[in-house]
Amino acid sequence: MIGVISYLVFFATVASILAIAVLGLNLQWGNAGLFNGGIAAFFGAGAYGTLILGTTPQTAHIGGFGWPFAFALMGGMAIAAALAWIVGRLTLRLRHDYLAIATFGVAVAFENVMRNATTLSGGAQGVRGFARPLQAQIGAGLFYNTLYLTLVVALLLATYLCLERLLRSPFGRLVRAIREDEDAAQSLGKSPSKVRLTAFIAGSVIMGLAGGLYGGFYAFVSPQDVLPILTFQIWAMLIVGGAGNNRGAVMGAFLIWGAWTASGWALSKFAPVEAQLYAGSIQYILIGSVIVGMLLWRPQGLFPEQLLVSHSGQNIKTNEPTKGKRT
Amino acid sequence: MIQHLIDGVLVGAIYALGAIGLTMVMHMLRFANFSHAELLSVGAYVALVFDKLFSSLAPVLAVKIGPLSMTVALALAMLVAMALTAASAVLIDRLVFRRIRQRGDMLSMVFASFGVALILRNVIGLVFGLGTTLYSQDIAFAMMLSLDPLILVRPDQIAVLGVALILMLVLHLVLSRTVFGYALRAVAENASLAQVNGINLGRIVMAVWIIGGALAAAAGVFYGLTNQITPMIGRDLLMPVFAATIVGGIGSVYGAALGGFLVGLAANLALVVLPSGYSPSVPFLIILTVLFLRPNGLFGEARL
Repeated sequence: MIGVISYLVFFATVASILAIAVLGLNLQWGNAGLFNGGIAAFFGAGAYGTLILGTTPQTAHIGGFGWPFAFALMGGMAIAAALAWIVGRLTLRLRHDYLAIATFGVAVAFENVMRNATTLSGGAQGVRGFARPLQAQIGAGLFYNTLYLTLVVALLLATYLCLERLLRSPFGRLVRAIREDEDAAQSLGKSPSKVRLTAFIAGSVIMGLAGGLYGGFYAFVSPQDVLPILTFQIWAMLIVGGAGNNRGAVMGAFLIWGAWTASGWALSKFAPVEAQLYAGSIQYILIGSVIVGMLLWRPQGLFPEQLLVSHSGQNIKTNEPTKGKRT
Repeated sequence: MIQHLIDGVLVGAIYALGAIGLTMVMHMLRFANFSHAELLSVGAYVALVFDKLFSSLAPVLAVKIGPLSMTVALALAMLVAMALTAASAVLIDRLVFRRIRQRGDMLSMVFASFGVALILRNVIGLVFGLGTTLYSQDIAFAMMLSLDPLILVRPDQIAVLGVALILMLVLHLVLSRTVFGYALRAVAENASLAQVNGINLGRIVMAVWIIGGALAAAAGVFYGLTNQITPMIGRDLLMPVFAATIVGGIGSVYGAALGGFLVGLAANLALVVLPSGYSPSVPFLIILTVLFLRPNGLFGEARL
């Protein structure tokens, strides 16, 4: 029984962390229509940043600044923001395709640099020597993990509420207005490139937060954690949940992470030994099929975007499809 | 240094073949196709299958052409691979991309191509195994062009460059001299105007996939011939091929050809200053530099 509970706590922690990242993507793609193909890089910047700032002194790589977890986490988010600023400045004024390619390239290069720059990141060995926050006082175990889950869920809730507020604010209206009709927004004196950059950085900071929490949970991060498959998983979560809908994004994260871990468990239990090597390939095919299948048969996701009609301070929800959305 | 230059031109020919198809698809269908590089893997493995088939059916075909490690069987297999890869590109378009395109959801196309790439790469891994293979186990001896500095060139590499240039020339003649070429360029300029003039848009899109798929298959076989065959060819060549496309300017066939050579050269020259572990990052740096200096590439038209 204890085993089941501690597994559920573990599962819920990882799923909630990924849900935060999906919320960040939903701000970028669901609301601003920005294609981020390099989620792993911004997630990784948060994870590596947090751990490097928060570790005890190391010999294998730089770090050992020993920052308290909260500050290290903010540092990781700042690094994710800086990365997003550089990429966004160069590509956001161009067509969406360029952003997709450039962000995908960021993720490839990020993983590559983390794997090779041993002095910075510990190379393939990863960043070690991180003390999990408060673990010395509380000790490892189920109680600690439950506490960490509480922290993660609280931050997930805070992110969710912040985003819901943000999207109902004038800025949220502006972001969606630019997504729907850039020329119209521009003619009203708004600067689409500036708003897009803000939305892109904000989304990437949220991904950095998720990365920092992930790194803090495992007290370890290596290049294996920032492979492109992470980007695909988070995309699948958003597409299944329904782009544009924050509640859907969170549901999608739990559904896909549940399906991913269940398929991994089933393959390791039932697949013949000689096929175990290919379990990863089968899981990747499943993720690819979920992505393609959803786009073909249910592009709006399981929980479609509810259109917000902001009118004289009131928010009225409708379910009517927009004309020419995202064309 | 000179060795790096030569290697750069030779690998650049492979990037160029991949980039030509990608740039045509990106221009005609207006989406960044992340699954294009997987067509190179498909081509490389189809050729592997038919090479084995032809060699075992008719051992007489398994003779090497001159000093090359390429056999007659492999040359035939490459033609089959070009045809079958072109067919699978058309099939993937029918099954996935066309349906999403008809909904008018262009950015979802990019995302769908992510999914298609994941499926293709891992199905290949599942069928053929995750390890590496070679077309021929024989060691191809390199020719020494000069001893000091030491410059080595394998006959295969020269053949690859030659055939790649011939393929590009053929494409150039088709595009510039045939009615079909005119139709293709007309659609690229203005699809609705071209349709008014009686050009069948669906057929042109199909032709673009066929050309893109066939060139990608050739590039995949050449890459397998000069390096090795793995299910990861698509993953490893995606960024160089995208870089070549962006350097040339999206939509420009000649730009993509030149971009391929430039990226090949740049990636190899970067080895002079960067440790080789960093080479996967080089195409990304090229992309960022080009977007900063000349956002529409060398030959691209302004498309914001």
